[in-house]
Amino acid sequence: MFDSLSSKLEKAFKTLKGQGKITEINVAETMKEIRKALVDADVNFKIAKQFTDIVKEKALGQNVLTSVSPGQLMVKIVSDELTSLFGGKTADINITGSPAIILMAGLQGSGKTTHSAKLASYIKKKGKTVMMAACDVYRPAAIEQLKVLGQQIEVPVFFEEGNTNPVKIAENALKAARAENISVLIVDTAGRLSIDEMMMREIGDIKSALKPQEILFVVDAMTGQDAVNTAKAFNDVLDFSGVILTKLDGDTRGGAALSIKSIVNKPIKFVGTGEKMEALDVFHPDRMAQRILGMGDIVSLVERAQQVFDEEEAAIIQKKLLKDQFTFEDFLTQIQQIKKMGNLKDLVGMIPGVGKALKDIDISDDAFKGTESIIHSMTPLERKTPDIINGSRRKRIAMGSGTDIQQVNQLLKQFEEMRKMMRTMNKFQGAGRAMPKLPFMK
Amino acid sequence: MGILSFFNKEKKDKLDKGLEKTKTNLFSKISKALVGKSTVDDAFLDELEEILVSSDVGINTTLKIIERIQKRVSTDKYMNTSELNSFLKEEIAKLLEENNNDKLSTFENLQGKKPYVIMVVGVNGVGKTTTIGKLANQFKKAGKNVVLGAADTFRAAAVMQLKIWGERNGVKVVEHGMNTDPASVAFDAVKIAVEDQADVLIIDTAGRLHNKIGLMNELTKIKKVMSKIIPDAPHEILLVLDASTGQNAFEQAKQFTSATEVNALALTKLDGTAKGGVVIGIADQFKVPVKYIGVGEGIEDLQIFDRHEFVDSLFN
Repeated sequence: MFDSLSSKLEKAFKTLKGQGKITEINVAETMKEIRKALVDADVNFKIAKQFTDIVKEKALGQNVLTSVSPGQLMVKIVSDELTSLFGGKTADINITGSPAIILMAGLQGSGKTTHSAKLASYIKKKGKTVMMAACDVYRPAAIEQLKVLGQQIEVPVFFEEGNTNPVKIAENALKAARAENISVLIVDTAGRLSIDEMMMREIGDIKSALKPQEILFVVDAMTGQDAVNTAKAFNDVLDFSGVILTKLDGDTRGGAALSIKSIVNKPIKFVGTGEKMEALDVFHPDRMAQRILGMGDIVSLVERAQQVFDEEEAAIIQKKLLKDQFTFEDFLTQIQQIKKMGNLKDLVGMIPGVGKALKDIDISDDAFKGTESIIHSMTPLERKTPDIINGSRRKRIAMGSGTDIQQVNQLLKQFEEMRKMMRTMNKFQGAGRAMPKLPFMK
Repeated sequence: MGILSFFNKEKKDKLDKGLEKTKTNLFSKISKALVGKSTVDDAFLDELEEILVSSDVGINTTLKIIERIQKRVSTDKYMNTSELNSFLKEEIAKLLEENNNDKLSTFENLQGKKPYVIMVVGVNGVGKTTTIGKLANQFKKAGKNVVLGAADTFRAAAVMQLKIWGERNGVKVVEHGMNTDPASVAFDAVKIAVEDQADVLIIDTAGRLHNKIGLMNELTKIKKVMSKIIPDAPHEILLVLDASTGQNAFEQAKQFTSATEVNALALTKLDGTAKGGVVIGIADQFKVPVKYIGVGEGIEDLQIFDRHEFVDSLFN
């Protein structure tokens, strides 16, 4: 996501390479490059200036240790500064209260409705009961949208058809949530412009009526220089408690995040990274800073894998692998679990060093499609005992899956090799060596 | 004639009001920067750069403008506020002119196409469906028979949202429900528009981020399928951009253009942002003309973009 910014910073650091000490002269050019990169990434002009001033101050006169290059030292200083600008620590969401109330606010099209549902699904996974309230009475079908999403994630939605007063709907939703002993109520509201006084007053009224534990400002990661003003205006009225940064799965450099954080000094709590209901991540300032600098984000990757993978299922699969009983059926399950983790390119981008290398290469989400359809075209018996797949079966599978025989052969070969490898590993394990664990296998 | 000029005045007022934020931010800052100065010096140019960049004009276009001023200053040496103002206005008008041709269709003139097919594309949340609702209203007012095609079959309740717009405007909506094949909706919509002898057909598509290749390919397919019935359809591929978007707007325009040959842009939510400067940057960096701008929430606040009015509105 911040790929382009990191590659630009890298270019900036290049001018520092091979020099022994950071001085006023060798740092000036680098600072200019950093500032340009930040502004080009939609970081507010003034904030970019402040940022480079701080970095410069910290960098000047630093002796470069023999073991690190000035460039590396600068990377560290910039990374530390970025982290501290983002708030230093991860900020958790407050869901204590009966019910805890979360109010969603933001401009039109920032993703409030989608993220109300994502957040509901996230909280539900923590074992809490959740209800959503549909208070967007303006946009056509907004209530319907929340209802459909609620059905998808199996979370009840409070709505009042025909009621055009969002404050009243919110109040009634709270009553309903109390009556049903719901632990978290998420209130979706209409998108509004920060300059629309009437609408801003309305959301202020919703706030006073509900006294929410959390007010989350939902903002599009692609927002430009105006992010600062919008965030400030919403903060002036609502004094919000945190930010959700959406659409980070695009290729925006997301500089708006930096600006918002530094102008209103509120933590970014979540980031939206895809259209699926699972595509919501807790915001980690340190990881984000490292990500900006192209240092990868392996921790997020592992965590995402842990969240999605069903531990029990993983244990069963591992047992099967060990006993040499791994079938195509299991293979299919694994593919589906990997797919649940979200966009493949995102996942790959989290691996240190890889994100940069793959900057311009497209990894299609359909990478598994051929494999999947081949497996789908097998009979249950074939999936269980691949050895019976002879020539005529291969032909049928190829026809059924819309692939050709070569592709089917290839898959069968790969599968056989995988099983062979597992057998070898089992032998090693018998000899006292541990089987290398994949991150998603516990 | 009198009535016509009255309507034009109303349109102009709306534009002025919608651009108020951009205007006061951009240009009052410029005059403030110039106060007490009798020459254009480096400090002022630095400040001008900051002002333009902060208005989302974009670094490349900003540098272009600065360069032109520098050139002019080196020959003219002295420039006062009003001179600079008119010079900036000239330069910006020129930038808008270079890539905007006046031969675009209007609500009244559909260049002899029947139905005139518009396919609307863009990233999530820019206001595609709302723009379609407003477009339908404008075409209807111009006496055109409009059909809408609900090919956003992905986002929850998107079809319903378009149907509500259809009801409000009293126009037919062709739909297959949610989670159906968008290309087949588009195909049917063209077929029905032809059968109904509609003047205009507008196809809604699901929002998609431009870096998702699979989804961009889907768009290419939707486009292609329409040409099976009308060879030169869609006549207009309209990319909707949110005016509050920063530099990513350029990447969006680039990627959507390569997937679908975008030939018109709509900039929405201009009234909400102080950074209408993005119009200038986009007009400068792209060969695709800005055709519509949204300057308010009202159904008639979607206007055909007139660069002369736009520049006048910014500078007066």
